[in-house]
Amino acid sequence: MQIDHVVCAFCGCVCDDLTVTLEDGRVTGVKQACALGRAWLLGHSAEADQPPALIDGQPASLEEAVEVAAQILSQARYPLIYGLSSTYCEAQRQAVALADLLGATIDCCTSVCHGPSGIAMQVVGEPTCTLGEVKNRADLLIYWGSNPAESHPLHFARYAVTPKGLFIPRGRKDRTVVLVDVRPTASARAADIFLQIKPGRDFECLWALRALIRGLDLEESAVADTGLTLAQLQDLAGRMKSCRFGVLFVGQGLTQSRGKQMNTAAAFMLVRDLYAHTKFAVIPMRGHGNVTGIDNVLSWQTGYPFGVNFSRGYPRFNPGEFTAVDVLGRGEADAALIVASDPVATLPRVAARRLAQIPTVALDTHGSETTKVARVVITTAPAGISAEGTIYRMDNVPLRLRKFLPSPYPSDEEVLGRIVERVTQLRARN
Amino acid sequence: MPDGKLTLITGRSLKQGTGLNKGKDSSEYREAVTTVEMNGGDMTRLGLCDGDLVKIKTSHGEATVQCRRAELPEGMAFIAYGPLSSCLIGAETHASGMPDSKGLEVEMERIS
Ligand code: SF4
Repeated sequence: MQIDHVVCAFCGCVCDDLTVTLEDGRVTGVKQACALGRAWLLGHSAEADQPPALIDGQPASLEEAVEVAAQILSQARYPLIYGLSSTYCEAQRQAVALADLLGATIDCCTSVCHGPSGIAMQVVGEPTCTLGEVKNRADLLIYWGSNPAESHPLHFARYAVTPKGLFIPRGRKDRTVVLVDVRPTASARAADIFLQIKPGRDFECLWALRALIRGLDLEESAVADTGLTLAQLQDLAGRMKSCRFGVLFVGQGLTQSRGKQMNTAAAFMLVRDLYAHTKFAVIPMRGHGNVTGIDNVLSWQTGYPFGVNFSRGYPRFNPGEFTAVDVLGRGEADAALIVASDPVATLPRVAARRLAQIPTVALDTHGSETTKVARVVITTAPAGISAEGTIYRMDNVPLRLRKFLPSPYPSDEEVLGRIVERVTQLRARN
Repeated sequence: MPDGKLTLITGRSLKQGTGLNKGKDSSEYREAVTTVEMNGGDMTRLGLCDGDLVKIKTSHGEATVQCRRAELPEGMAFIAYGPLSSCLIGAETHASGMPDSKGLEVEMERIS
């Protein structure tokens, strides 16, 4: 059987025109996807051989696992709910409800990918646009600290570099592509201009560009040690001012390097400054499929996009205090619920180790480093394959994930809903 | 630059992404997250050949990985996100929530 218009939930591109072939209840063919999307669809449709749940490493029923999870979370003094970037918004909403009920800290993968972009947005505002506008209008594309060829493989072809658009009739020929990075990544091949800066010098380069765009005279010494010459920066500033519609895509090269939120704030301010000359936009290159969704759900429900604490009965936001790396690294969290994420493999070792020391509950579609250390593991159906719901593309456009393959496992939404229900009962009793 | 001192960038790679979907115990994922890429000049200077094992040390931890020549500026090394890169990163976020994951000062030492 062939299914058209399948939406890929693996990366922030959320390509929505895939074709999938099903045979014997499994995905056997995938068209229009990149290597990542293909591996995601083939890899996630093959797993139906795991127990519904594990408690202390022993197979258990879903009911037993929900009971133990609810007990762990309601007995904790400082529970942490984390992850949520690879599940859909309806499940994310249940996780926020649970955090509210428990007085927990809730954080998502944003804090370790584009948290600094979220902070910049709060400080500067976000002069942005959709990927549809990029495709139809953008004649200058600047990628800063981002490597879409490896992180978002169809981004160039679907949205930005090669497609023909309403005001970009010749496609690639009508666009100039600039890549700014500390190394010549695979994306450099797609660029007309590659600017190699020194590690940790992003802020200095962005600030110099702001000065040049404001018409200030800079001396060569002002940009010494950035890896770029004044002439290179003057050329880029000139292109930015004279394009018809420019877009600055910011990646983790900015958010994870020295300066972090100062880097992203500088990038957002630079784009804001360009409004005096032309139309310009900034788009953070969001990685995981629905990491943009959890930012939206958290913002809509609490006012903040990540790192939210409910211990006083109302939401508080403080990166560095209520973010997962800090809460775990300082040994504050005494229980954790991890949803659709593998922090044991990805967070700094001290933070990851804490998850093995405290009772951790993990909801995932497959085994991971986190499920290996979790006290309770509940297997759930993969969103976009065996569970349906809403997903946000990296440009904040919501799309609908479809369910096209039955699964013996419940969805994240259902499991979280059951935990919410049981925690509510336990709290009513106390 | 003193011998063995490099700047490490951690990041995503296509192999790490596809390997991830094949399973974290798959050989593709393991290889992707246990290989450090380096500039050819640095490798020669440190007496390293493709496939040699190196120990990478930071003030937060250490990891043993294979090295591979790649197109990188002199003094820079790259490793894909994964359990080994996480060993090298500290939990200090400077009130941002974000650990220092790129631009880490590391010491490299050949062990085979
Ligand atoms: S680019 Fe991203 S969303 Fe599109 S098919 Fe590849 S992994 Fe899926």
